[in-house]
Amino acid sequence: MPMNPILSATGITKSFAGIQALKGVSFELREGEVHALIGENGAGKSTFTKIVTGALQPDSGELVVHGQRVANFSPQAARSLGIAAIHQQPLLFPHLTVAENIALALENGASGWRVDWKRRHGQARELLHRVGVDLDPKRIAGSLSMAEQQIVEIAKAIGADAKILLMDEPTALLTDREVDHLFSLIRQFRQSGVGIVYISHRLEEIQAIADRITVLRDGNTIACREAAGIDRGGMIQLMVGRSLASIFPKHTVAMGATALEVCNLSNSSLGLHDISFSVKKGEILGMAGLVGSGRTELAKTLFGLSPAACPIYLHGSPVQIHSPAHAISLGIGYLPEDRRQHGLILDMDLGENMSMASLDSVCRLGLVHREKEASQGERYIRDLRIKAAGASVAARTLSGGNQQKVALARWLAIDPQIMILDEPTQGVDVGSKSEIHELIGQMAERGVAIILISSELPEILGMCDRIAVFRKKTIAGILQREEATQARIMALAFGHPDALAQETVQA
Amino acid sequence: MSYRVREIALAVTIAALMLLLAWRTTGFFTATNLVDLFLANLPTMMIAIGMTMVILTGEIDISVGSIFAICSVVMGECARAGLPMVVSVLIASVAGALMGAANGGLTAYIRIPSIVATLATMVALRDGLRWYTQGAWIQGLPQQFQWFGLSQSSFTELCLAVVTVTVLLGAAGLKHLRIGREIIATGSNKAAAHIAGIHTSRVVFGVFALTGVLTGLAAALNAVRFNQVPSNSGLGLELKVIAAVAVGGAAITGGAATITGTVLGVILLSGIGSALTFLGINAYWEKAIQGAIILIAVAVDALQFYRRDDAHTLAA
Repeated sequence: MPMNPILSATGITKSFAGIQALKGVSFELREGEVHALIGENGAGKSTFTKIVTGALQPDSGELVVHGQRVANFSPQAARSLGIAAIHQQPLLFPHLTVAENIALALENGASGWRVDWKRRHGQARELLHRVGVDLDPKRIAGSLSMAEQQIVEIAKAIGADAKILLMDEPTALLTDREVDHLFSLIRQFRQSGVGIVYISHRLEEIQAIADRITVLRDGNTIACREAAGIDRGGMIQLMVGRSLASIFPKHTVAMGATALEVCNLSNSSLGLHDISFSVKKGEILGMAGLVGSGRTELAKTLFGLSPAACPIYLHGSPVQIHSPAHAISLGIGYLPEDRRQHGLILDMDLGENMSMASLDSVCRLGLVHREKEASQGERYIRDLRIKAAGASVAARTLSGGNQQKVALARWLAIDPQIMILDEPTQGVDVGSKSEIHELIGQMAERGVAIILISSELPEILGMCDRIAVFRKKTIAGILQREEATQARIMALAFGHPDALAQETVQA
Repeated sequence: MSYRVREIALAVTIAALMLLLAWRTTGFFTATNLVDLFLANLPTMMIAIGMTMVILTGEIDISVGSIFAICSVVMGECARAGLPMVVSVLIASVAGALMGAANGGLTAYIRIPSIVATLATMVALRDGLRWYTQGAWIQGLPQQFQWFGLSQSSFTELCLAVVTVTVLLGAAGLKHLRIGREIIATGSNKAAAHIAGIHTSRVVFGVFALTGVLTGLAAALNAVRFNQVPSNSGLGLELKVIAAVAVGGAAITGGAATITGTVLGVILLSGIGSALTFLGINAYWEKAIQGAIILIAVAVDALQFYRRDDAHTLAA
């Protein structure tokens, strides 16, 4: 096995506005290895990748690429040294074709004043062929699926002759089959001597693909291990610095009366039809299903973002919910899936974000009681263990997991009777994740009826009392906690018994 | 933080201009000149407060010049019809509110982009007024019309009080009023604000209506400076107002602006014209220099935004 280090970083530090993001990160990447970089959100992975790709300058420390010490790194310099990065969200120009996107990345499409379309298309076709897909280079990038866009990103990296490839959560938007394809590509790169830095929260993927694992915690390198010598529990322990007794603490809660019930609900503008279910006080009702199966659409309907055709029964009485403000006044909270687009207002401070859905309680006669608001913010920062300097810092400066806790605090502040959580732990680090699970459990204990939408089956199975499985914009079946298994959920979600077989193979 | 920098930079520029005027000229710092300057730019200042709110929500209103012209004529007609002055001012303000509400309705509820909606009302209102007045000025106004029948100094004091109250209410409102919070939230991220239970359409409607009221009030206070009312006042006023708000540091994308910045922007842009006259520079330079100031201010914003973008959106 080749052992030459092609990238090594020692004692890298970086701080933003007084907050030390990296305190001393050391990392070494060898030729032809897949080196996983793991850690909770806020551990410093993103900052470290930005330093390696030249987007940020380190405050101190040494970066050596191909045996040469680099200083005053820039994105251009990084590219010329063969460093390429692939992000969670593909960064293609959506209105340009695949060939144009590739040519722009390689910056060699233009010789003279004329665009050589033939050459561009030929070059794109050849690169796409090398990554093993049959994509038409003339297609518009915006029309491709996420996976196809990710493949184009990889083709760009290959075209640029990358020797060091950083992949930041590349599988976040991919299906299982697409992940398999990506992994075979990664193995192919490894063969040809490319060094790959692989960042992911999905520990099972890391076990499948990584040769070595480096763990970051609070801006420090905690450990670097051979992947073969460590299991998932060990990884979690290194990341959080404590062992998680139980990842999904299920509280036994005495359930109360029915809080919310719908009967044959349909919403033609979102395609929902014939949905019937109910949630009791203190119950956690899980909603599983494939992406696009109608779960988020139902959440939007219940929350008044897209009003339903028929009434919703709250505590037994029918209501037509016509706006989010109306839903909130009825005691319904909704934590949306995309916290950056629909959840937080990133430029506003934490206190303001937390009070946004409950302005009534911090306002009197139209005046905002700012001290009350700030002290409420400080209280939630303490109670939810949010890592932030105080309630007056902008939400933008927090890491994903901490932002999610702020978003949750906003809904805790309205003291909801019914809480709809849409993928509450997506893109959240392991430590914050279990804290969020604990918070959800506590809400249920207080008698809140909870609807938990999640694509992570272990989370659904661990947290929920009952599980509604969605398929084609309606509920395909509701499972009790005792009878639910991953296989049964998948069978309902896919709508045919073959799914059962597939599931057992995967497990 | 960057607002503070902007505000200090503007204050320093204004101070430098004042020093230059004190050093090189005589006559600028006379009571007559300062009163003239203040009264001439009173409409810009009043409307700019409303425009700051509109721009904060991520919208724009380019019809304020036309609304201003109509409200001026309404003021004149009411006075000529013999209505008491207070009632006339009230009617002019209500007329402004109605036209602002029309803009707000088109933008917030019919969802026409505000630049298109207010372009349409700008043209329609201006031409409607031309048809109504046939270009004639309103004359034969009663004795108590000019300066509300007050002495010029009392009238100036009244105007000063109105502007001061408007500015203070605007600044305090953004910071301490619930509606101020809702305006900033709506402009920063409309979808998120809506999900948090804020009536974003109502907020957008409200800021347009408010701008209409302020425009109407400004038109009334401006009209009584003379004993006849022109039928074509407020031409180009919208540009001056928007320029002042932009120079004051407002982000045209919404969510970021301060009243202090806007006030300083109005003072700088208004002061520069008069200053040129006193410095003996050809008046043709006035627009060019105003243009340069706007360009510098906006370029500074763009550069700051670029830097922030660089640090936060790469490799998220």
